[in-house]
Amino acid sequence: MSNFPLGNIGGTPTVQSDFARPNSLTGGHRGCQGCGEALGARCAIDAAHQTTGGKILVVNATGCLEVFSCCFPENSWSVPWLHSLFGNAPAVATGVAAALRSRGQDSIRVIAQGGDGATYDIGMGCLSGMFDRNDDVLYICYDNQAYMNTGVQRSGATPPLARTATTLPNKSYLGSDPQTGKNLPEIAMAHGIPYVATASIGNIRDLEQKVSRAINIRGSRYIQIHVPCPLGWGYPTAETIRIARLAVQCGLYPLFEGEYGKLVGSTPVEEPIPVESYLRPQRRFAHLFGKNVSANAVGVLQNIANGNMEKYRLNWEILDA
Amino acid sequence: MPKPFATVLETATSLGNNTGSWRTMRPEYVNELPPCNATCPAGENVQLWLSLAMAGKFREAWEIIMRDNPFPAIMGRVCYHSCEKTCNRGLFDGAVNINMIEKSIGDIALDSGWILPRVTSSSGKKVCVVGGGPGGLAAAYFLAKLGHHITVYEAHANPGGMMRYGVPRYRLPSKIIDAEVKRIKDLGVKIVCNKKISHLKDIINDFDAVYISIGAQVASKSDTVIKKGSCVIDAMDLFQKLEDNPADLAHFGKKVFVYGGGNTAIDAARTALRLGAESVKIIYRRTINNMPAHETEISDALMEGIEILCLRTINTVDGDQILLDKMNYDEEFGILSKTGETEVWQVDNIIFAVGQTLDTTFFDGISDILISENGAIEVDRNMMTGATGVFAGGDIVPGKRSVTNAVGHAKKAAKGIDEYLGGASEVPIVKNAVAHFKKLNTIYFKKDKRTNILRPLNLSFEEILPSYTNDEISREASRCFSCGNCFHCDNCYGHCPDNAIRKQQNGSLTVNYDHCKGCGICAAECPCGAIRMVSEEK
Amino acid sequence: MFHQLEGSQAIARAVALCRPGVICAYPITPQTHIVEGVGELVRDGHLEHCEFINVESEMAALSVAIGSQAAGVRSYTATSSQGLLHMIEAVYNASGLELPLVMTLGNRAIGAPINIWNDHSDAMSVRDTGWIMLFAETNQEAVDLHLQAFLIAEKVSCPVMVCVDGFILTHAYERVDIPSQEEVDEFLPPYTPRVSLDVDDPVAIGAMVSPDYFFEVRYLAHRRQMDSLEIICCVAESFWKKFGRDSGGLFHEYHTDGAETIVVTLGSVAGTIKDVVDELNASGEKFGVIALTSYRPFPADSLKNSLKNAARAIVVEKAFAIGIGGILFQEIELLMKNINVKIVSVVAGIGGRSITKSMLRECFLNKNSGENVFLGLNEDIVAKEYVPMKSHSCEGNVP
Repeated sequence: MSNFPLGNIGGTPTVQSDFARPNSLTGGHRGCQGCGEALGARCAIDAAHQTTGGKILVVNATGCLEVFSCCFPENSWSVPWLHSLFGNAPAVATGVAAALRSRGQDSIRVIAQGGDGATYDIGMGCLSGMFDRNDDVLYICYDNQAYMNTGVQRSGATPPLARTATTLPNKSYLGSDPQTGKNLPEIAMAHGIPYVATASIGNIRDLEQKVSRAINIRGSRYIQIHVPCPLGWGYPTAETIRIARLAVQCGLYPLFEGEYGKLVGSTPVEEPIPVESYLRPQRRFAHLFGKNVSANAVGVLQNIANGNMEKYRLNWEILDA
Repeated sequence: MPKPFATVLETATSLGNNTGSWRTMRPEYVNELPPCNATCPAGENVQLWLSLAMAGKFREAWEIIMRDNPFPAIMGRVCYHSCEKTCNRGLFDGAVNINMIEKSIGDIALDSGWILPRVTSSSGKKVCVVGGGPGGLAAAYFLAKLGHHITVYEAHANPGGMMRYGVPRYRLPSKIIDAEVKRIKDLGVKIVCNKKISHLKDIINDFDAVYISIGAQVASKSDTVIKKGSCVIDAMDLFQKLEDNPADLAHFGKKVFVYGGGNTAIDAARTALRLGAESVKIIYRRTINNMPAHETEISDALMEGIEILCLRTINTVDGDQILLDKMNYDEEFGILSKTGETEVWQVDNIIFAVGQTLDTTFFDGISDILISENGAIEVDRNMMTGATGVFAGGDIVPGKRSVTNAVGHAKKAAKGIDEYLGGASEVPIVKNAVAHFKKLNTIYFKKDKRTNILRPLNLSFEEILPSYTNDEISREASRCFSCGNCFHCDNCYGHCPDNAIRKQQNGSLTVNYDHCKGCGICAAECPCGAIRMVSEEK
Repeated sequence: MFHQLEGSQAIARAVALCRPGVICAYPITPQTHIVEGVGELVRDGHLEHCEFINVESEMAALSVAIGSQAAGVRSYTATSSQGLLHMIEAVYNASGLELPLVMTLGNRAIGAPINIWNDHSDAMSVRDTGWIMLFAETNQEAVDLHLQAFLIAEKVSCPVMVCVDGFILTHAYERVDIPSQEEVDEFLPPYTPRVSLDVDDPVAIGAMVSPDYFFEVRYLAHRRQMDSLEIICCVAESFWKKFGRDSGGLFHEYHTDGAETIVVTLGSVAGTIKDVVDELNASGEKFGVIALTSYRPFPADSLKNSLKNAARAIVVEKAFAIGIGGILFQEIELLMKNINVKIVSVVAGIGGRSITKSMLRECFLNKNSGENVFLGLNEDIVAKEYVPMKSHSCEGNVP
């Protein structure tokens, strides 16, 4: 992953480096220290805002983001924003898009957003329905891989062997079971919608490009952003970006794009690292490095990473060979 | 119509929520000392002028260099550039080629005829500078800028000292020296050449202050036994002859040996080659990796066909034969010992380049001057000797000997002399902590090799090394990590989850402590280590 | 203009005349014909600028309507029974967000056991959700209530549910007067949202509210709904003036003046009851009928006023709360507390069980009946099943 700072040193400036960026999500919100989701949301919505000239309406599922950003009397949003329920954000967004179509306001773009619980689990039916109808909505999933708002319970996005409050490891149990979890970006692609992408707050330039691209495509689009959670994952608050970066570098969080059901591109990992480098700094994986744990445990995750490297063609060296 | 109560809110009403109260650590922007600046003997603000050079602001960059060093074009050619040895980028993908950028900017200044602002003030004080080498001329420069009246006495026919007589012309052309010295003359400095001051006491009463920068004049003694009739010449003598009486060297030998391992040895060897020698060998007592000479100089010499015989000392020179002792060198303990083996070579000329020592007779009759055991003049922090009003610097005082050190001494001495003459007393600057490599986040830098420049093979006395083009200057300068100082990359601003970094239209960045929760992401993601986290509880 | 129409088709035409911008459809018996009908009208071009959306669940149906209504567009959906339960979270949400959308509820029983026939269990399960709930007695009133529902909803900023008995009304063909578009346009002005998602006037809708303010939000919703009693009356009056029909309002009174016994009921069964009452009164009895239109808000004062001079009130309802009994009965009993009116609970028509005139006549004339009558219950089955069930659950001691 080629990284440059966000400003004009070494690359094109990002929206996030603009002194006049929209700040769709303003300060004073109640996100935890080092919250990856708050950053991911501001980056994504700002990019959409910038691209559309502020013509966006945002629907938000229940979850951390909703709770910390809009609690009477403090609203952190500077864009039109609607929160209905935990499991219905895609449908509500469909309704917003339908209303705009009914009024002929097709320059206004609709975004639905939620955490992985809202997206992978409780709202999955509504999301699939939205994809099925190819409704004109960009859905953004902020993926922190568990139900953080309720205290870190397992979700369908929780990686195998992770500790959550509902998968607490003990002597005979190593955390969320291997062979569990689902690949929602792939599920989204299977709907044949115009655009699917994964992104990470460890690579904001790439994230912004994907959002800017997606926001003006007509039909259903899905972007999933990896947003580490210091509290839920157990790492120092300053390391949010580093952890996100390591996830990409080790292959556990492949960054790719799909169009109409086909993989069309991926962000290569220039210098792949072993998954252990990503897992070790996180308390949710600490039990994998105890005295009596077989090396095979980490191997399960390494195999997933290796599979991603191959499937999404992340490794340039392999590609060249 | 009234909006529904509580469930519908106006935008951005959370701005009044003081989430800064959650904080236990606070981020602070720092200005740490980049290693290049920290190690520069002349105290140049390398990082600052690199940033200007990156932006294509060459004039501004030159002006910053000129604050600390009047000879960018010369220094860019002869400086030992310790800055590059400590450059943090060296631990990443190769140090920034600071020296080359300085040379190139120095040349742009000369080509563009940039001149210094005229000195308008006058202190009415007269200062004498003994020695027209880099230190003396630099002292004259700094003092003249402060409004003092300077007279420089130089023993040789031309000013420049070691710059002119210690470095061969293919590395440093005369016109460069002339041009940079002229800029100093233009400040009103009086340079009197061919005037050797033999004794300090001769002039001490004619001036308000004296700066002595006469250099180490006498060739160092080695253990080598030199029998009569041997063709031994000191490197300095060789260079001086070449400069002032080249005809003396018309019959220089074909088989030449050079003794020494510094740049002077390399210079002497390459000079011999240019004088028509067919075989030039350098004899050095330790291994090649221990040679103090620049790597590029060594590789250039090898490229030109010069041989380096390492692990040897010269035992005896007898006519056209030399007897070498083969040596052992223990790298770990730095111990050098004879192996007992010897070898004999035929020679035409042997050039000694083993250093110089101070001629202390200059100070005869001035009792307050303290001379240390190893022959250096003791000075205080203002570079003043034991004698009131007498200051000294360069090779005659303790410390490393180089053109750049001489300039550094001169700058310090000029401040000392100014203070002595009634100028404002300098508030001692508290040096910031050095920004070491581990404070950086290098993930944000792409591996990007030094901007190479072709070093053509050229066995004449014409200058070998070309300069960077303007684009190359900016490109190479852009490799600077800006260690310890914000370079406005906006990483803190863009990565703060709490919008607690404020950015103004002019790019300035500040922390909004009303919203900053103290997570530390800004500090962690700062590429240059320009933010530190400080406990709120102190 | 009069048409011979299936109830669902009549409702579909009424909805279309109200010019909704977004309609969401998800099939569930017995409401399916309604959304099919509106869909056809949209596709045939009878309804311009309307988005008809086939969704994947009732949760989505109401959620889409929430989204479109919040974006400032008049929105409609319909459901029944299990579908209503599936969307229950959104039902609360729509009223909490004060979104004036309209939903038809084709009343049906709730399982298990699964049962597709009519009763009011579904409506009763959402009686506390903050929606205005209007019950139609006939297909004509179903049509009229839909026209009124949008007006009431938008005036009050509260969603309105029009309850129509499944099959009995939704699938019955009757002669129905469908007003012209011009008439409806005069009656129902275009929707002006009180607040909406708007790029030019951004707001956040749906904030979290802490204990410091939540109580007030809820109380204000209660006050708003109680105040809507007056609006419901005004709208009915305005409707009467425009269309000449006495549809809507709080409730319809039938021969209540001087009545000794007043039968209170909801929905289509009022028609059967009126027939029975006519026959009884012809033989000298003094019966009256109150058919409640506005179930929520509950027209307590008006109802009390109408009931206070009777000796007896019989509450006939098609739902009951397991563990306590008749629901409307309890509400009326509470209302008439300290007033000397005997209140009788008659639960009938559960899961589509027929309510016949003879059953009702016998029940109404039995002045010594207990307070809780389960009318039409097959006592043989109960007797056979109840004894073994009870003995099983009483075996052994509770640990």
